[in-house]
Amino acid sequence: MIASERVRALALSGLILAGFLALWHVGVQPDAPTGPALDPEYAKLVGAAAATGSQTPMPGPLDVGAKLWQHIADPFYVRGTNDMGLGIQLGYSIARVLAGYLLAAAVAIPLGFAIGMSPLLYRSLDPFIQILKPISPLAWMPLALYTIKDSSTSSIFVIFICSIWPMLINTAFGVASVRREWLNVALTLEVKPLRRALTIILPAAAPTILTGMRISIGIAWLVIVAAEMLVGGTGIGYFVWNQWNNLSITDIITAILLIGLVGMLLDQALARLAAAVTYPE
Amino acid sequence: MAERYISLEAIARSYPNPAGGGSTTVFQDLWLTLPRGTFTCIIGHSGCGKTTVLNILAGLDRPSAGEVVVDGTAIDGPSLDRAVIFQSHALLPWKTVIGNVAYAVRSKWPRWSNAEVLAHARKFIALVGLSGAEDKKPAHLSGGMKQRVGIARALSLEPKILLMDEPFSALDALTRGTLQDEVRKICQETGQTVLMITHDVDEAIYLADRVVLMTNGPGAVIAEIVENTLPMQRDRHDIHRHPAYYPVRNHIIDFLVTRSKNFDVERTALEAAGMPWNARQPRLVRPGIPEPTLAPSVPTLAQRTATQ
Ligand SMILES: Nc1ncnc2c1ncn2[C@@H]1O[C@H](COP(=O)(O)OP(=O)(O)O)[C@@H](O)[C@H]1O
Ligand SMILES: [Mg+2]
Repeated sequence: MIASERVRALALSGLILAGFLALWHVGVQPDAPTGPALDPEYAKLVGAAAATGSQTPMPGPLDVGAKLWQHIADPFYVRGTNDMGLGIQLGYSIARVLAGYLLAAAVAIPLGFAIGMSPLLYRSLDPFIQILKPISPLAWMPLALYTIKDSSTSSIFVIFICSIWPMLINTAFGVASVRREWLNVALTLEVKPLRRALTIILPAAAPTILTGMRISIGIAWLVIVAAEMLVGGTGIGYFVWNQWNNLSITDIITAILLIGLVGMLLDQALARLAAAVTYPE
Repeated sequence: MAERYISLEAIARSYPNPAGGGSTTVFQDLWLTLPRGTFTCIIGHSGCGKTTVLNILAGLDRPSAGEVVVDGTAIDGPSLDRAVIFQSHALLPWKTVIGNVAYAVRSKWPRWSNAEVLAHARKFIALVGLSGAEDKKPAHLSGGMKQRVGIARALSLEPKILLMDEPFSALDALTRGTLQDEVRKICQETGQTVLMITHDVDEAIYLADRVVLMTNGPGAVIAEIVENTLPMQRDRHDIHRHPAYYPVRNHIIDFLVTRSKNFDVERTALEAAGMPWNARQPRLVRPGIPEPTLAPSVPTLAQRTATQ
């Protein structure tokens, strides 16, 4: 029964995909040459050739498939600063995300621990967290570029600043809501504070902390694309922007697919980790 | 006179009122001594402060006033010598059965090798009849099995004092009976000093040497201490045939049903009769022993003159 449901869901997914691809394929067939009305401002922004669309037709699924295969077959080529394989560009982005994310975890988890354990610290830091949390991470970019002066490090900083909040808040919440009775067990066993933090509070709060880490990695992956579009140089965000300037829509769609795929893999990895530390009560 | 192994001296506990302004006194000027090797039960209605007393003795809570003296020294926080069996079993759900017990063993004997710790833990898991379930997580155990793990964890510390807060109240009658038998046997064999909270009168009579009767809160007091007049060798199945059983049981139930909420009236009457109730030395009553009767004022006089 359950297995058949899974099979049916899979079949339906395949059907939806096939329908979408078919519509896409039919939709991009060149039709009667009635040039679209040109918005002058748009034309100015992207260049007349791009705006008319006549010279770069929207690619169909077959074009994208071919491109995807081409990229997958040779992901790591370097033919100049503006022409590197998608694997390399994704590698840059993943490396930046991991650097900023791990730095954020290294700050957020200990700090969250302290905040969760100390109501005084919680109250005194709460106003700062409340104000800093809703700031779009990209708003930090000019400040980062001005102070750090290196575009790659600035992207890492932006990842750091956007992924710190969910981890910080979840860690503090997880630590603050460790069941009183488990702490009482540690107290009656005369467990020293460090051992208590590592053997009682950390495992008790781990599922909540991992939830925060999972939210953070999702946000970080969203933000890196925008950040790299802004600062340029390398990375998948820069690749997308560069291909937009090259008017290579096929490359853009290919990159979008891969961005989704990597994002899913990152999320799955954190989900696995979360499942490993979750305990049934 | 038995040695005062544990003594609560004039302890008080109050909580600030949530609405603001003033505080509610759960109890104050509470005195209680527990002789070494005795099994004492505290009985009283819900909310009278039994858990608070036990937590203070465990060192998990601090009295607003007064002191707890154990073996001649005022306590300052929890100790591995005073093991607690929690009402909600308080097992660590991410650890297995043996992991939970071994955690306690390792806390008490940090220098032991892993093999020594596990062997010691296994011994106590076997003692509570859980051999074979060592590698299960608490979520996969029944309520009775979880409570057994809690008991094994406490006993594995080989504590001097065992504190239990309604340890069996969440269990079905059959499991409760079995665990009562096991705890009683273990405590007798090890000469444990035990304080247990319960609201089950039969449980108190079966297990306790003395039953402490607490009046309703706020401002609860120890009205009196009932000495269990049943012989040490008791069998749960024919305990109710013993001549002392009903006197003891009726005395406690009378207290719970009526006297616990009207103790103020009783106190005033006692004072008027010239034998005031004394917080430092609650009366010791022996229901079923020929001399005293069930009327509260008569045994008081007899006993106060007899014991002083
Ligand atoms: N943390 C707390 N804050 C305020 N009041 C409390 C707190 N803990 C217990 N109390 C009050 O103290 C009284 C005694 O509680 P407790 O010792 O748990 O009673 P018992 O175990 O006899 O049922 C109750 O009236 C309860 O409302
Ligand atoms: Mg209670």
